[in-house]
Amino acid sequence: MSNSGSREAKAAHLRQLLETEGDAVAQNTRGFNAGRYDSVSRLDDYEALKADAREIKEDAIARLPELIDRVERTVEANGGTVYIADDAADANRYISDVCDERSAERVVKSKSMTTEELAVNEALEADGVDVVETDLGEWVLQVADETPSHIVAPALHKSRERIADLINETFDPEEPLETAEELTMFARDHLGELIEGADVGMTGANFITADTGTIALVTSEGNARKTVTATDTHIAVAGVEKVVPSFEDLAPFIELIGRSGTGQDITSYLSLLTPPVESPAVDFDEPEVAVADGDVDRDFHLVLVDNGRMAMREDDQLRETLYCIRCSACANSCANFQSVGGHAFGGETYSGGIATGWEAGVHGSDSAAGFNDLCTGCSRCVDACPVGIDIPWINTVVRDRLNREGDEGQFDFLYEGLVPDEEPGGIDVQKRLFGNYETLAKLGSATAPVSNWIASTRPARAALERVAGVDGRRELPDFQRETLRDWYASRGPRIDAADADREVVLYPDTYTDYVDVDRGKAAVRVLEALNVRVRIPDVAESGRAPLSQGMVDTADERASRVYGTLAEHLDAGRDVVVIEPSDLAMFHREYEKLLPERSFERLRDSSYEILEFVYGCLENGADADSLRGDAEIAYHSHCQQRTLGLEPYTTAVLEEVGCDVLESDVECCGMAGSFGYKSEYYDLSMDVGDRLREQFTEPAAADRIVVASGTSCEDQLGSLLERDAAHPVEVLDPHRRTGR
Amino acid sequence: MGTDTAATFEKSLERLNVERTATAATDVHGVLEDVCTTPTVGSSLPFDGVSLPEWVNDTPTPEDLRDAETGISAASIGIADYGSVVLPARPDGSESVSLFPDTHVAVLRMSDIVPGIPEAIARLGDEFRAGNDTAIIATGPSATADMGSLVTGAHGPKEVHVVILDE
Repeated sequence: MSNSGSREAKAAHLRQLLETEGDAVAQNTRGFNAGRYDSVSRLDDYEALKADAREIKEDAIARLPELIDRVERTVEANGGTVYIADDAADANRYISDVCDERSAERVVKSKSMTTEELAVNEALEADGVDVVETDLGEWVLQVADETPSHIVAPALHKSRERIADLINETFDPEEPLETAEELTMFARDHLGELIEGADVGMTGANFITADTGTIALVTSEGNARKTVTATDTHIAVAGVEKVVPSFEDLAPFIELIGRSGTGQDITSYLSLLTPPVESPAVDFDEPEVAVADGDVDRDFHLVLVDNGRMAMREDDQLRETLYCIRCSACANSCANFQSVGGHAFGGETYSGGIATGWEAGVHGSDSAAGFNDLCTGCSRCVDACPVGIDIPWINTVVRDRLNREGDEGQFDFLYEGLVPDEEPGGIDVQKRLFGNYETLAKLGSATAPVSNWIASTRPARAALERVAGVDGRRELPDFQRETLRDWYASRGPRIDAADADREVVLYPDTYTDYVDVDRGKAAVRVLEALNVRVRIPDVAESGRAPLSQGMVDTADERASRVYGTLAEHLDAGRDVVVIEPSDLAMFHREYEKLLPERSFERLRDSSYEILEFVYGCLENGADADSLRGDAEIAYHSHCQQRTLGLEPYTTAVLEEVGCDVLESDVECCGMAGSFGYKSEYYDLSMDVGDRLREQFTEPAAADRIVVASGTSCEDQLGSLLERDAAHPVEVLDPHRRTGR
Repeated sequence: MGTDTAATFEKSLERLNVERTATAATDVHGVLEDVCTTPTVGSSLPFDGVSLPEWVNDTPTPEDLRDAETGISAASIGIADYGSVVLPARPDGSESVSLFPDTHVAVLRMSDIVPGIPEAIARLGDEFRAGNDTAIIATGPSATADMGSLVTGAHGPKEVHVVILDE
């Protein structure tokens, strides 16, 4: 299929999911996400618990081979059996053999994503074993013959009405079922009977403690308890990464997993089983024999699955994936996931932000390729992850690897020579276009306004859409002939070096320099009003654009150039002030991966988001009266700015100058850099943005000045609201005209 | 355990909509009679001066479990921050008694209430290494939201009642 054809097919698939599953997915994931914020805010020591959890996982994965040996010894000393399975086929063969030995006719299961990864059900069914999912969500999917759309709440894409239709059609109850209560009680009775007649109980494991051989299972329904109690053979299936050193290590995870996932302080049941358990099996084939007098000869098998995990452990970029505790925070906090769910934002088994790492590791890069682009790098999942995994970075690295698997030679003739990137020939033309935004901006600015006229003509837009997938419904940036640097060079500083309280470098990000020059000018005037002398040197693009397209080498080269230029200023004691949050986030987060540690730390410690810097000046005695204010504002912060914890400075400054600020609470505007420009993602981007549109068109917000910290957020708000958005620094601009 | 911890525990139970009754050991039979609906099954209560009333079936068969309205079992720890009770699985079948009937009555000594998860896990760690090795940390009734909205009583009890022995 041609590129434009595959883009159209992808867009159609996303549109279909938005229509059929979008509402249920949005309602449930946003509920979980709001619950997470509430629940973690009730913890006194949330950050400390996260740090503990992270440390335990780092340690466990570092000494995994030793811990696996220990678990094996402990479980066997307890009277159970451990099988280490190399891959899915190996695991399934062992599980089939156990079922065969026990002459099992029916296996009842509690929810386990790892068994989904292995496709255990299909393997057992091929042997003629009846496999019954007892988690209500999983059971609904088993009846519907669908796959999970979420790793914790697998059927969350189905509304109650659709579940009721499915159950009524399939089971034809005397009275049609309607309410959640009726559906739950029907399932409880139906599954209760199936559990009573089962031979083998299969569970996953959220954690396995190496010192006691204890399996920890986090559940709410009680089906895992019944699955284990009502059968005399228990097979627990888990990835090798689930092993933690000691029983006490469970503590932080118990407090974090429910809160991070579905926003519950703790789930109804945490089973701590050290199998074979001493509880007598409830044998419904002997209904009149006291349970305590029955057969207690329990059989336990722990199947520890490698299936690519030990190789992930050796992979410096994928290793962090193994810290994942499968809580679903990265799915629920993700704006794109909230719109389309795991049937789009997921691979063969796993879904959500971390799924790229899991799919690349256990199923291979093909499975990650189909949805990896849905991560926009907004980074809202980073703070939500209870073990602090840098999920956007994993997604970027996998994107980079996928780029390198592309067809060599495709479109080389167009780009080699024209673009100064460090990437191989096979990279997709759309990615290359957006990744080289700086080159495009330079060219566009140099030839403006002609370049803008040409770019906006119908044939040019059609070609741009066909070749590079730039959606025709988006307004293109209007390149300015006079860049911010040109303007400043001819205007010169207005504060004498001798009189200045401080001297700073204003970082000329590509968008401010070539497109939204006005916000750059406003930034200069605001800084000067605070008696700060400004320098605007010629600094390279931060690398954000190429990095967002998975062009890691190009981003790495940019980071070196940026640091090379700024080092002299850092030596001179000048702070670096940044307008665009996504560029500041490069300096504060991603440069850690791209620069030597000392360089990264120096730049991070001396660079500030502009309103953060203004806040600092005001705190240190600068005069707020020199700034404009007094406006009613609807403010949307920027996703990466929020991850860095910097948005409170903007609201504090705006309020200090007398503004009334109403702040949005959506995770992301939906534009996310170039994402919303791509024709295959336009509808999704607008759907994500719709939540922001709703908030800012409510009566309380409709007449306010719309303010956003990010470039692409400003563009998106412009399309969503049909009124222009400004950067906060423009509100403070002493030259601002009244009403703006 | 200070009075603060007990008060926090009660507050957490209230938040979970879990009924609770504090009682002296000598009055426990009366309390159980009030809170249980027959038929009631039970697992022995390992507390000094406390035993199951005679009307409780303490050797239930699978058939009895199916028919029981209430199950009584002992909790070894209460966790104040969460309103959780720790239910050790004992060889007399306490696990099924606390799981199959619609109402679970957990009997807990006030002195066994600890402030939070770390304290509970520390205590369980010692017990697990000593060989008492299976327990459920249960918080409120069983629940699911898989059918479109929150419903209590998915596979396990629909209601939980905690009887706190004030020694």
